[in-house]
Amino acid sequence: MHTNEHTQKAETFIVPIGPQHPALREPGHFEFTIEGEIVTAASVRLGYAHRGIEKGTESRNWVQNLYMLERICGICSHIHATAYCLGVEQLAGVEAPPRAQAIREMVAELERTHSHLLWLGEAAHEAGFETLFMYAWRDRETVMDILEALTGNRVNYSANLLGGVKYDVTGEQASKIEQGLDYLEERTRHYLDVVTSDPVFIQRTRGIGVMTAVQADRLGVVGPTARASGVVRDVRVEAPYAAYTAFPITPVLAQAGDLEARFVVRLRELFESYGVIRRILANLPPGELVLKRMPRRIKAGEAISRVEAPRGELFYFIRSNGSDTPDRVKVRTPTLCNMASVLTLTVGRHLADVPMILVGIDPCFSCNDRGLVLKRGADHEHWTWDRLRQIGLDYYAGERGSGGVGGTSISPAPLPPCPPALLTGMHV
Amino acid sequence: MTLNLAQSWQDALDKVRTWARLNSPWLIHYNSGSCNGCDIEILATLTPRYDVERLGVKLQGSPRHADVLICTGPVTRQSKDRLRRIYEQMPEPKFVIAVGSCAISGGAFQGCYNVIGHIDEVIPVDVYVPGCPPRPEAIIDGVVKLLQKIGKQ
Repeated sequence: MHTNEHTQKAETFIVPIGPQHPALREPGHFEFTIEGEIVTAASVRLGYAHRGIEKGTESRNWVQNLYMLERICGICSHIHATAYCLGVEQLAGVEAPPRAQAIREMVAELERTHSHLLWLGEAAHEAGFETLFMYAWRDRETVMDILEALTGNRVNYSANLLGGVKYDVTGEQASKIEQGLDYLEERTRHYLDVVTSDPVFIQRTRGIGVMTAVQADRLGVVGPTARASGVVRDVRVEAPYAAYTAFPITPVLAQAGDLEARFVVRLRELFESYGVIRRILANLPPGELVLKRMPRRIKAGEAISRVEAPRGELFYFIRSNGSDTPDRVKVRTPTLCNMASVLTLTVGRHLADVPMILVGIDPCFSCNDRGLVLKRGADHEHWTWDRLRQIGLDYYAGERGSGGVGGTSISPAPLPPCPPALLTGMHV
Repeated sequence: MTLNLAQSWQDALDKVRTWARLNSPWLIHYNSGSCNGCDIEILATLTPRYDVERLGVKLQGSPRHADVLICTGPVTRQSKDRLRRIYEQMPEPKFVIAVGSCAISGGAFQGCYNVIGHIDEVIPVDVYVPGCPPRPEAIIDGVVKLLQKIGKQ
């Protein structure tokens, strides 16, 4: 991620956006330098939702971590848990039963459905198309009902266990899901028609935020954002996990690379999801839901687990030292990979296009705020990696020493000198 | 607002003010480190199935126009000052609803080094809505409980 030196000229003006802003549902801070209406430079500061989850995993056991990692993101909670479970199972040298893998894939695709419909609404809202926002969210309730019927909760369904899944699909539920999918399929077809034919909406999307395949590759974007630029980047196809070998999907591509293409790709992906959910329901493998025995202590070793979250590739690195807690868990979420494209694509565009370009990558700050971008030194609000690390060390040392809990009593370490305009994205 | 009025006029004005407040509380939403789960449930509360706007509730962009601050998530070190600032920018009288387990107790993130704790360690809270995340019905119930509380005052 890059930062731009703001050169103050008479006609330039910096528009700060966030961390609390009507166009942002989550805390993030952007600064756009504009000349007239045109953005000439952009910078981002993240980290408002940084909670220290990766470090936190080291003081929880393997099972407890499942529930905390699921709460990295409330929108794609299942896929976080899936990535973690697959990694831990790989370390333990076990594999979940086929029925569990199929249910994992099915819930993941239902989650993608809810996430993409949610995004459609959000994006329409940014474009000022409130009607589409309301309709998309009304229809999204159908998939929320399905998820609730399957798992008992609308968000954070907690379907995964180490070594399997918690919930089975009964025949009655299957027919309910089928009905829901029929309705959603019809609605999605309508939305696809709306986003490609509504003349006002097209003015906000066609030819805006264009990213070529070369640019997409160079910026390292992932998920639907990359696929809308014609780059095939889909873990479900490249490295099938869970049951994606038995129930494959076809990656959806578009060549235009503009905002319209991102709408089309995400909506057409929904049809893939509906198809694969139907195939899984029709051919659900018989057998157990969960392994008879899953070790409490995981063998020492390292594992990498990659899955396709609704926003793109989600990457987990897990290291075990043979105890009942992980030695290190590193998470890389798709939003951080895509954030660089926002800063690049907004430059040279109208300020009014900025919210649309930002929402085009489907940003999720709570996911990406394990990362921290440093911008300037002296400002007390900018936290360096050294300072954060020192706080982490002091915090846990204090906890061990006094047996106290809660972070209020620990005073932050003094701010170490920070190199001016540090240009690196630090991962915490 | 201070006006030098006769007591009877002041009482009447207060009545009108409470009436207006009960009928159209404007909300501002701030996520101080939440996982998004509560935030999307708050949005779901505003959309057609649950439609809290039928109660006159409106989500607002600016703290200066808002009556109710609806907070989600534990408070992280980075967002503490910002949360307090938003609260201070809101005009009196102001009310706070803490939505979700994290906002109440730190929830799943208790003990993480960058988490200070729950919302009421930073700003006073009027209504707590538990759940991880709470269902939209629960959030509506929280809003209604707050309105009842304002009505009694």
